[in-house]
Amino acid sequence: MENIDKTILRIHDLSVAYTADKLSVSHVNCDIPRNQITAIMGPSGCGKSTLLRAINRMHELYRGIQVSGQLWMNGLDLLKTNAMQVRRQVGMVFQRPNPFPTMSIADNILAGYSLNGLRLDKSQRQTIVEQSLRSVGLWDEVKDSLTKRGTFLSGGQQQRLCIARALALRPSLLLMDEPTSALDPIATATIENLISELKQEVSIIIVTHNMGQARRISQKSLFMYLGELVECGDTEQLFSDPSDSRTRAYLSGHIG
Amino acid sequence: MLKKMKKQPNAQHSFSIGGVVSAIQNPDKRFTLLLWAAALVVPLICCAMLFSLISDSVLAFGEFGIFKFITSSQWSYTEGHESCGALPFIVGTLESTFLALFFCIPFSLTVALFVGEYYKGRKVAAVFGTITDLLAGIPSIIYGLWGFYVLRPIVVALGLSEQGSCILTASMVLAVRIVPYAASLSAEFIKMVPAELKEAAYSLGATRGEVLRTVVFPCAGSGIFSAFILAIGRALGETMTVTMRIGNTNQMPTSLLSTGNTMASIIANQFGEADGLKLSSLFAIALILFTLTAAINLIGKILIHRAQIR
Repeated sequence: MENIDKTILRIHDLSVAYTADKLSVSHVNCDIPRNQITAIMGPSGCGKSTLLRAINRMHELYRGIQVSGQLWMNGLDLLKTNAMQVRRQVGMVFQRPNPFPTMSIADNILAGYSLNGLRLDKSQRQTIVEQSLRSVGLWDEVKDSLTKRGTFLSGGQQQRLCIARALALRPSLLLMDEPTSALDPIATATIENLISELKQEVSIIIVTHNMGQARRISQKSLFMYLGELVECGDTEQLFSDPSDSRTRAYLSGHIG
Repeated sequence: MLKKMKKQPNAQHSFSIGGVVSAIQNPDKRFTLLLWAAALVVPLICCAMLFSLISDSVLAFGEFGIFKFITSSQWSYTEGHESCGALPFIVGTLESTFLALFFCIPFSLTVALFVGEYYKGRKVAAVFGTITDLLAGIPSIIYGLWGFYVLRPIVVALGLSEQGSCILTASMVLAVRIVPYAASLSAEFIKMVPAELKEAAYSLGATRGEVLRTVVFPCAGSGIFSAFILAIGRALGETMTVTMRIGNTNQMPTSLLSTGNTMASIIANQFGEADGLKLSSLFAIALILFTLTAAINLIGKILIHRAQIR
């Protein structure tokens, strides 16, 4: 029971195939800890994004992608639950900041509610906008321009806006797909600090090709190679004493 | 003098005689010159056309006055009692165009969504998209013939009109004519909506309908709007499809079921036996139509340009 409480998501035998003859993610088993940051790392094309996108069922938007296995969260198999419901509980932040260009900053934050047809009164809207923007440290920067379009912000601000947009729905789990790869080093540092703080509120899985980032911010790490989960465990342990030779080769720069 | 100009480094870009002479000696510059000469033909033709439209309509505008020509609804050429006004044709054109647009919007939007979003990248979308483009290229006389022998009997059988020739049936054929343009261009703009924006909406738990409403249409909106503006431009000038269905009468249309004439169809009907003042009046109508379609197309192009920048 204690084990279940500490685990937000249990990935069981998860496989993803883009074409019938090849598994891009092959039989992955892993527990994702609650209120911690879990990093998925590995070289390009190893299936880390593919694994991440299976969790909030993004593969269903495209034809011909097969996902099998089980994803247990809060007693439900996410693969057998209504996809819209899953995505409301599992937020996502993408590689490139993608605020809705036709919406204001405030409307971007509230997009999750308006998209789901949830009606809010004015004070609820204000509370959600302020809380979400505060949680990503953007409130003081944009509080006077809430009605302006989100696309006028800098890249780093846009990405924080997108994190706030995902947090506004109060998800149990937040998926981040290389959220700093399109940002400069200063914006990256801001986002990394933010992610570290956010784990109080939400469990986070972050995909990164940056080993240093994984080591800096995560408590648990997964190393994937050629679609396989090679090793997973405590981040410090995995970095200081990897048990698999491929992990060691990746961490020392011999493969990648 | 020539020697002096040759020394100018940018002589080939200016239209000085020296520049031309030096350009003729250099094969690269000669080709540039050839391109310039060929490209200049286009604006020249346009200006020449506009010039003859204006010069040939001076007689009619002088006789009736520009304002009276546009606002009068009398069109009669009895010897000695000439009076002519283009209002019935302007009204006929605008009525048939906007009615056609009204019929066109739901069809072209659904085709655009089918091709550009729901079945994007699939074989069925490619097939439907190609057929749509094919329809756009069919000569308008074929639409007219189809309208006359297929659509007209249906309209008569439905009891909408006695002869089946009226503004309503003309608009229906016109709508079929412009749907391919509007659909094909709208589909392009719908396709251009970035996948990452749609994914962002889906990741917040949106259904497909909500993604269309809050992401696809707002992002592609100005592009779709410009597609319809360009379709209006097409409809305004469409001649054969309308001439064969509208009834070709020169009085003011009183309802959608009455016969009428558009600016294009009155010219098509009467240019053969017109001379003098009547011919000049037809030129005057042509000038109005030219200005109207040019303005509409220009607005459409500007909007498309803006939509693409966004």
